[in-house]
Amino acid sequence: MKNNNLKGWLYLLPAVIFLGVFMVYPLIDVFIYSFEEGYNFASETYSGVGMFNYSYVLRDPYFLQALKNTFILVVITVPASTILALLISVGLSSIEKVKNLFQTVYFLPYVTNTLAVGLVFMILFKQTPYTNGFVNIVLGFFGLSPIDFIGGPYWAKMLVLCLYTIWVVIPFKIIVLTGAIASVNPIYYSAAKVDGTGRWRTFSRITLPMISPTVFYLIITGFIGAFKAYSDAVALFGTDLNASEMNTIVGYIYDMLYGNSGGYPSFASAAAVILFVIVLTITCINLLVSKKHVHY
Amino acid sequence: MDYEKIEKSAQIKQKIVKTGTYVFLSVWALVVLFPFYWMVLTSFKGYGAYNAEWIPKLYTLSPTLENYVDAFTKVPLGSYFLNTVIFTLVTTAIMVVVTILAAFAFSRLNFYGRDLVFTIFLALMMIPSELVVITNFVTITNLDLRNTFTGLILPSVTSVFYIYLLKENFAQIPDELYYAAKVDGTSDFRYLTRVMVPICKPTIITVTVLKVIECWNSYVWPRLITDDSSYFLVSNGIQEIRENGFGRDNIPAMMAAVVVISVPLVVLFVIFRKKIMAGVSRGGMKG
Repeated sequence: MKNNNLKGWLYLLPAVIFLGVFMVYPLIDVFIYSFEEGYNFASETYSGVGMFNYSYVLRDPYFLQALKNTFILVVITVPASTILALLISVGLSSIEKVKNLFQTVYFLPYVTNTLAVGLVFMILFKQTPYTNGFVNIVLGFFGLSPIDFIGGPYWAKMLVLCLYTIWVVIPFKIIVLTGAIASVNPIYYSAAKVDGTGRWRTFSRITLPMISPTVFYLIITGFIGAFKAYSDAVALFGTDLNASEMNTIVGYIYDMLYGNSGGYPSFASAAAVILFVIVLTITCINLLVSKKHVHY
Repeated sequence: MDYEKIEKSAQIKQKIVKTGTYVFLSVWALVVLFPFYWMVLTSFKGYGAYNAEWIPKLYTLSPTLENYVDAFTKVPLGSYFLNTVIFTLVTTAIMVVVTILAAFAFSRLNFYGRDLVFTIFLALMMIPSELVVITNFVTITNLDLRNTFTGLILPSVTSVFYIYLLKENFAQIPDELYYAAKVDGTSDFRYLTRVMVPICKPTIITVTVLKVIECWNSYVWPRLITDDSSYFLVSNGIQEIRENGFGRDNIPAMMAAVVVISVPLVVLFVIFRKKIMAGVSRGGMKG
């Protein structure tokens, strides 16, 4: 192949321009913003350089609340959704009839508008003067007294947020896992059958090790996704997440940038960098752990 | 015989496991479908009827279309819808062209710095959008592009993952085809549009559909960049409807709006089911 310097760059030019202006430049810029103190939007001036933005953010009670919420969300939803997805995928791959139908149904949440369907969840859980809401009525059958899951106690709100998050993220995990399980060489299962290996043993000694790289990939992407949770919370609790104590780190960043409490790109940048560092650290820890436990 | 007994008990055991599996899978299917059922059901209930049900009914005997009329007349749902269609079509169209050109350069052409740029592109896939959104917001604001389609569309075009996906697909086309085309005097661009694009049509369709879904659901960027409701997309629109629309208690009308917003994606999903699912399992990520 001969060299086509000019032509090559010409074909690449649109992509490079878009990525340069809207990804590479902002990426560098966000770190600069995060160190510029008292940045003013209109005049584009700042008063000094230092760590003030970081110390402000780290002391801001709203940020700490957001940090706490995000961590709870991550700790609950990542394991729960991965295990549930694993159970469903194993179930799916053990049946033949209506498998396709199940798969299609399970995938539906992936293609729906998170904001829109979140409203349905809100209605199912919400207590209003007209009704206790569907979930409360079902709980009533078990003798539990009604709880306002949307405007009530903290743990109730957190529970709904976790449930909705799991509902939203599971389709992706199921589809990746069923693909991985299907690609396990059937010869292993035949060998296990000859030896009369039990169901659980087959799963824990053959299926799980064979798909462990995929499971691990899902855990990492799950962590990253859960740390960036935001629109699910908006869907359930509305745009003023600070008022409902349900803000997330990403929500905090956007609130700092814009909205009623907005206009502080420096604080927003500092919070974004903190989020980035957290996600990076967790991903690195994950990778280190995976070296020990993942069989390739 | 003992053997028969063992076989029988094994069969029974298998049946129990199988039934258990089906029950479990059906329960989850119900969990997934129920919110959709509830949304459609509620959208057909009358306002008065809905609020009169202290214990919400699982069916309705007097379905009404008034909520759908309300959704289009009392709030500007039609305009949100139209905005989203324009935004989605234009963004996706630009994205597809940019992606095809870049994937072609990476897979077919040989030029100085190609591998370095490709490595940088791959590295950019790891960058969370939250990091870049802040500067983009400042850039677009300073360019006076807030509340314009240009401001909405430009930063949403880039999709490194799709360039990667298409490049991998382009690279599978045998070199012989390229040389044959060269011998016949076909230009690179003609080769791209007449040979490569048709061969890789399935991947291009997958990429297009995934981008359409992404655009239809995008919320954060449109929310930052538009505060004039005549430029709202459906995600912001539904939030606006919820907070200031019909009045907080008109839930049936709200649900009608949710149905209207959800239908295009469900239709798209039904048509492209296999392509979407295959594309996503190759590493698509929500958000």
